[in-house]
Amino acid sequence: MTQPTVEQPVEALPPSLPPQLSPRAIARARRRQAAGRAWREYRRSWEGMIGLGILVVFVAVAVFVPLFIPASELDVTKATGTPFSPPSAEFPLGTDESGRSVLALTLWGARVSLLVGFLATVISVGIGSVVGIVAGHFGRWTDSALMRVTDWFLVIPFLPLAIVLATVLGPSLANIAFVIGITSWPGTARIVRAQALAVTSRPYIERARALGAGDWHLISRHILPNVVPLIFANTVLIVAVAILSETTLAFLGLGDPLRVSWGSMLDAAFTHGAASIGAWWYLVPPGVCILLVVLAFTMVGQALEAVLNPRLRGR
Amino acid sequence: MTASQPAPSAPPAAQGPILEVRDLHVHFGARRGKGPVARAVDGVDLQVQPGQIVALAGESGCGKTSLARAILGLVEPSSGQVLYRGQPIGRGTAALKSYRREVQLVLQDPTGALNPRQSVYESVAEGLRIHGVKGDEETLVADALARGGLRPPRRFFLAYPHELSGGQRQRVVIAGALALEPSMLVADEPVSSLDASVRGEILALLLGLVRDLGLSILVVTHDLGLAWNIADRLAVMYLGRIVEQGPTEAVLAAPRHPYTRALLSVVPEVHHLETQILTGEPPDPTRIPGGCRFHPRCPALASGAAAQAGVDDRCRGEPVPILHSLAEHHGACFLTDESVRKEGEDRVGR
Amino acid sequence: MALLEVRELTVSYPSRAGAVPAVRGVDLTLDAGGTLGLAGESGCGKSTMAAAVLRLLPQGTRTSGSVLLEGEDVLTMRPGRLRAVRWTEAAIVFQGAMHALNPVRRVGDQIAEAIRLHDKVTDRQAATRVGELLEQVGLPARRAPSYPHELSGGQRQRVMIAMALACSPRLLIADEPTTALDVMVQAQVLTLLEELRRELGLALLLITHDLSVLAANCERIAVMYAGRIVEQGPAARVFEAPAHPYTKALAEAFPTIGDRASRRNPHGLGGDPPDPRELPGGCEFHPRCAVSIAACPTLDVELWPAGDGRRAACVHVRDGNLDLVRQATPVPVGEDAPAQREMAP
Repeated sequence: MTQPTVEQPVEALPPSLPPQLSPRAIARARRRQAAGRAWREYRRSWEGMIGLGILVVFVAVAVFVPLFIPASELDVTKATGTPFSPPSAEFPLGTDESGRSVLALTLWGARVSLLVGFLATVISVGIGSVVGIVAGHFGRWTDSALMRVTDWFLVIPFLPLAIVLATVLGPSLANIAFVIGITSWPGTARIVRAQALAVTSRPYIERARALGAGDWHLISRHILPNVVPLIFANTVLIVAVAILSETTLAFLGLGDPLRVSWGSMLDAAFTHGAASIGAWWYLVPPGVCILLVVLAFTMVGQALEAVLNPRLRGR
Repeated sequence: MTASQPAPSAPPAAQGPILEVRDLHVHFGARRGKGPVARAVDGVDLQVQPGQIVALAGESGCGKTSLARAILGLVEPSSGQVLYRGQPIGRGTAALKSYRREVQLVLQDPTGALNPRQSVYESVAEGLRIHGVKGDEETLVADALARGGLRPPRRFFLAYPHELSGGQRQRVVIAGALALEPSMLVADEPVSSLDASVRGEILALLLGLVRDLGLSILVVTHDLGLAWNIADRLAVMYLGRIVEQGPTEAVLAAPRHPYTRALLSVVPEVHHLETQILTGEPPDPTRIPGGCRFHPRCPALASGAAAQAGVDDRCRGEPVPILHSLAEHHGACFLTDESVRKEGEDRVGR
Repeated sequence: MALLEVRELTVSYPSRAGAVPAVRGVDLTLDAGGTLGLAGESGCGKSTMAAAVLRLLPQGTRTSGSVLLEGEDVLTMRPGRLRAVRWTEAAIVFQGAMHALNPVRRVGDQIAEAIRLHDKVTDRQAATRVGELLEQVGLPARRAPSYPHELSGGQRQRVMIAMALACSPRLLIADEPTTALDVMVQAQVLTLLEELRRELGLALLLITHDLSVLAANCERIAVMYAGRIVEQGPAARVFEAPAHPYTKALAEAFPTIGDRASRRNPHGLGGDPPDPRELPGGCEFHPRCAVSIAACPTLDVELWPAGDGRRAACVHVRDGNLDLVRQATPVPVGEDAPAQREMAP
């Protein structure tokens, strides 16, 4: 028997919590504490903070841009500037081939690029996680079948498939997001499956089974919580890839022709010979934005990985 | 806690065994009928009476773990029956659910057996939640922890496994099993990964559960000393079969099977037997020898004792009948056990 | 001159909260060809001790005292000399050695590696020596080209022993060599170690928590608790009539089959082995001790003579009350155990 008066192996309750709270409430409070700790840990990584800062700026811009730049500025028929004029006081980033402000285009383009990126990520991670967990947990035939499907998608080259699908489905934001999602889930699926396999074979799963747990309980109570951190870190990187993919597709002319995105800007610039004219102000802003956003996501992803996997913290 | 009497529950003979295993086979491998089949459990009869502690002993690879898992329904047997209170247990998660409330598992490694992200409270409450047990969950969890020897229980509600010692973790696992108020526990190496000084506590806890709650326990172990410490009956397994069964004291004082004798003789501090170290290791379950499965390593055969008794041909060529689970002490050996010899003869003569 | 002489060895690990003492002032001697058993549980410092003999401690560890191997202090040797001494004078078979083999290299190559690190030998010579070593440990020489996964646990343990013998050391340290093995394989390995000791004149330092194994295989036993030796003396005496309450508890943890006193009567200790970061004051064992007295939490313990060539770090030994230790019933380990008892001094 443990001698309660002599040793206190259990962490004392934090002083801020009244001891009369129910265990569930206390468990919740502890989870919040753990989240707080994770946040503090994350804050130590300067690249994580910079990445996060960049992302916050871009998301804020994307959300609030209609407040300070009216949508009319994107209307080709209402363009007031001289085509391809270099940066000036009136047009801080110059104008495009129709005389529209490149600054307006860039800021509005953020909305589409980020939106499609996030949407595609949701689809990709959603499919990938479900496939990965089901394959990893159930194993055997299910696993074989699902992995063959995954391999199929993995092996098909992204671009040709995306082009075919986009052409068949028609150019719209939703379709582009769908196409990107459909073609990028296998990566997530494999990572998640590996983790699910590892967790499923742990003794506490067997114990839960012996207690009478069914598969749903095992997945939701044990496997998912152990897999979610991995999915989270992976998601962040997938968003970066999705945004790049959207840029690519838009650049190839497969994007929604009525919407401006960074990729479509690059496409338009290319088509209208901005490079040969020397209209660098048309190419650089969207390019730099893409670079910054993808870089930011990557930095955040790495910082997250370090938080979630203590061994990488380089202590 | 000095020597205790068996549980004061109903006398065993009147009720019949709480758990019975009949001619159980668990085979692994054989993908689509091809490839070697590992006969992990190759014909086992076993009984556990209410209020009894039965030790299932053997070395690694003998099939005791597979047998335990088949008893719990975690592994499907290839043939044979597992009967709980006389009724066969079902197959599939749904059918086994009610069985699982009655028969619970205590695993070997308490560190792995607890989800590191769940607090002690959640781990113990898990069983209650799965089965939708009515009642105040907090009280039930506290009671289970108290019965597991963790006091005061509320202090442990919020602890996480990594904050506890090995002994405490094992108590949490036991409490989790007790929360469902089972009638029987299957403990797989319950103390082998714990520190030496902590083993006694856990074993005493198990004894206390039998005495106070009337539980029956099947302990799977490789440690004959553990059987001496707490078990009423001892069954020794080798390569998928039980080769000796009987009351613990009888088996350990005068083992009937050459394997048991050899195993016992090498335990340090055992002085009543001459030390016999077997050579090599048990063959793997895909290549079980013909005749008596122990004969290639049997000291009695090698020394000529079997030949002198005239049974050496049978040892090499004739499979030994499955040992039936009886109250007496038997060894599955042609040389040492007359009833086994006779049963073999009857079978062959037919 | 003793083969191995450890004098007041202290080893501390660095940590954020300050130095954690793993070994706190240990004295040991081992003569050439002798056997010494070191008993203790997790956290007592025995593995640290074993590593210290060959100075295999991680970076940042602080040591003091001396470890004399044939008269030379290992702790102050120059790196070149240390490399020469390691493996050729003393070798270790680590805990969990079965997992210490590189899974992608053949076992013969791994044994040969140990040889090549110390001698310039041709391939043929190395192969011959590997064959000899394997035979010595009871494995056929033709197993040299096997990979570790093709061998069983017991066979891998033998390979580790062969590796340790590669450079013909005079001292073999075996850290928990049998813990994960079945009792039959354990007996095989222990017999092997004994044979090797006789054939090669090896000195053996056997480390395990199973006191009965040490009693059967060693001439002398030293028991460690919380970084210190709490009892030492001739193996049989220490095991049969322990002078320290902890030794008694350790001896009782593995019951003797056939002893009626342990039938349905498991003995154990309450509480847990102490965390080296938070050691109790005075005698570190007092929180779990059945016969502790009021003086124990503040006492400065040392190893007092207990007769028969034994020494024990218990106040009752100092006061000549050995009977108290022997008669004490262990703290009952049932659910209704009373709280810590105090006995009159």
